Amino acid sequence: MIPELGHFALWMAAAASLLQVFSLAGRGLEKLALPAALAQAMFSLIAFAGLAWAFMVSDFSVQLVTVNSHTMKPELYKFTGVWANHEGSLLLWVLVLALAGAAVALVPCKLGKLFQARVLGVLGLVSLGFFAFLLLASNPFERMLPAPTEGQGLNPLLQDPGLAFHPPLLYVGYVGLSVAFAFAVAAMLEGKVGPLWAETVRPWILAAWSFLTLGIALGSYWAYYELGWGGWWFWDPVENAALMPWIAATALFHSVVVLAKRDALRNWTLLLAVLAFSLSMLGTFIVRSGLLTSVHAFAVDPTRGLFLIILLSLYVGGALGIYALKAGRVEEGEAFDPVSREGALVANNLLLSSMLGVVFIGTLYPMALEGVTGTQISVGPPYFNATVVPLLLLMVVLMAIGPWLSWRKSGTAHLAAKLMPAAIAAAAAAFLALAYFDVRSVIALLGFAAAFWLGVASVQILLKRAPNFATVGMALAHLGVAVSILGATASGALQREALVSMRVGDVIEVDGWEAELLDVRPVAGPNWTALQAELRISRGGSELAVVFPQARTFTRPEMETTEAGLKPLWRGDLYAVLGKPDGFGKWQIHFWFRPLIRLIWLGAFLMAIGGALAIAGKARVRLPTGGRAYPSAFGPQPAE
Amino acid sequence: MAAKPKSQRLVLAVLALVALGGAGVLAASALGDTSTYFYAPSDLASERPAAGRSIRLGGLVKEGSVSRSADGLTMRFTVTDMAHETPVSYTGLVPDLFREKQGVVATGSFGPDGRFQAKELLAKHDENYMPPEVAQALERSAGKGVAKAQTGA
Repeated sequence: MIPELGHFALWMAAAASLLQVFSLAGRGLEKLALPAALAQAMFSLIAFAGLAWAFMVSDFSVQLVTVNSHTMKPELYKFTGVWANHEGSLLLWVLVLALAGAAVALVPCKLGKLFQARVLGVLGLVSLGFFAFLLLASNPFERMLPAPTEGQGLNPLLQDPGLAFHPPLLYVGYVGLSVAFAFAVAAMLEGKVGPLWAETVRPWILAAWSFLTLGIALGSYWAYYELGWGGWWFWDPVENAALMPWIAATALFHSVVVLAKRDALRNWTLLLAVLAFSLSMLGTFIVRSGLLTSVHAFAVDPTRGLFLIILLSLYVGGALGIYALKAGRVEEGEAFDPVSREGALVANNLLLSSMLGVVFIGTLYPMALEGVTGTQISVGPPYFNATVVPLLLLMVVLMAIGPWLSWRKSGTAHLAAKLMPAAIAAAAAAFLALAYFDVRSVIALLGFAAAFWLGVASVQILLKRAPNFATVGMALAHLGVAVSILGATASGALQREALVSMRVGDVIEVDGWEAELLDVRPVAGPNWTALQAELRISRGGSELAVVFPQARTFTRPEMETTEAGLKPLWRGDLYAVLGKPDGFGKWQIHFWFRPLIRLIWLGAFLMAIGGALAIAGKARVRLPTGGRAYPSAFGPQPAE
Repeated sequence: MAAKPKSQRLVLAVLALVALGGAGVLAASALGDTSTYFYAPSDLASERPAAGRSIRLGGLVKEGSVSRSADGLTMRFTVTDMAHETPVSYTGLVPDLFREKQGVVATGSFGPDGRFQAKELLAKHDENYMPPEVAQALERSAGKGVAKAQTGA
């Protein structure tokens, strides 16, 4: 009964989204927008709750539950199992979109009622497509009679807190970009592109960006500890599918700042909003269509693939079409000097666009080539390292300089003094890496220098007196980039590893680290059994950690996975993986020391915090020493 | 000195095109150097890439072909597409889902001795899944009438 209720609610939500689309027309119909948006959110919530209920009580008469769940599965993963499959993840997507729509409807819009209705109309159009896809090609409430007594279980790789919360974070990010897109379309329809528009849309973009950052970082962290290869980014098309909207969003909120402050870059900002949305749709399409060799590709049904292609081309084609028609009519913004804050932000946007271009080509070229000629190639880390890293380094150079430039037209005389500490730190870091740590790779040396260059410059900005939230957020996010670069560089260039076959009692030694295999024994968990090694790791005779790498065998579904034995120390991670026995009492062990690797995710966290703080905009940061918070000097704050 | 709006728009548009063009050139040159082509054993029978060139080799792990060397770390096995076979060496931990008669994609290159040295093995992710390249390679070799494809599951 409850699944039918959920199914019915899904139809009602789709109907509400259709009503919401009508509000685009205006002429009184815009009054529909608010109630329709609220109804859509409510019915989406009911539908989602219905499916969640079916998962929680293991109602195996619902096919989706049978295929993806099991009574023995831990409660948490019964719940997160709702979106660990094709249909459920789409349902979560529309739910988040509907909730965002309700938020847009409830917050008074400074651009006027009609504008707000148009934004909601575009959002309704986006969700309508997804509702159609859900109801016509991916019904999550499909019954299966007679109901089996037991489910087939969930892929154990997905039974993990990191991966359980990775999709919702990404979806919130994608949905935020959909809202930005809806604002852009409404702005093009009404010709209202200017500072007020930028202020209104800015919080949405920043929130979307912060959630995307967290979602991507969580996915990367999951890959690091769960896949057992010790790597944290593989340039897999699925990862790139999330990275591309992130890059576009990064460019977007930098150009929105220019639009808000100086009323320049109007057309460019609109184009970026359209692109960011298109890329998030493309990402969903790549991930969901089954084009990929990946754990993410749930849908391998060709009808669904076709449906998604049509949906994607309608959205992206429609968005670009409106842009092509309307962009010419957008009036020219204000002028600025090449050496100015605007100039630096334009350079930032150009570099980010180039980065987006190379990632886009590297991700889609193999698929296009296979589609056209049938030749199968794969484009992996060597390509992306050769293209993205130089662009990133170039960007880091600018990121330290840009914040010291003033708007419109900037002098350069003060730069040398301001940047001296950063330059000294960068040179010292590279020298230390070369002389003391014996790093010989030029890219790695540049990486160390870049991290300290940007890190020191960002800390300097943080230490300025009475900054506003936008500035603190910016500096913190830039510091996060520096911290991530330091983690990535150090964990790569200074990594030590050993691959050995050892007996219980044997000791391996790598660069001062000693690992002794104490024991290998069977252990059991709720829905798995495992062989567990006990590895004692010491350095200079003192014990630092005992780690327990496991080779797990899950029962439902039957599947083997590797659980790394991990011990984070302040200077880096000890990481051990247990391989297969050779049949003569020896075990394969792969042991790594990965210095400072956690900084990669700490940096991402700082970026997300920075993005969230920047939402507060020009409000002054209240200092704990009794300093007074100043009201904004630039009029009312953007609504959240 | 601030440029006039009209020419500024033009300058920005040109800059954007230059940036995208630059990205295209960078991407094209890197693609030429780093693309890894996919081969099935039958492809290798007709055309073998130069030693040291990184490729991806895919097919099924031949039944009974897996053996280990004395150091306990190097593994030898044969990849087959039911028409032709390619012997492979691999040093490292074997992925969880690597099994005889199952699909595998090995990334690596031919050594000077003519043996395929795999650097990385990708086995299928779950019970129902076959890497699409492998499934296609099996279909192709079956389509030639040489042998019947047998899907590992």
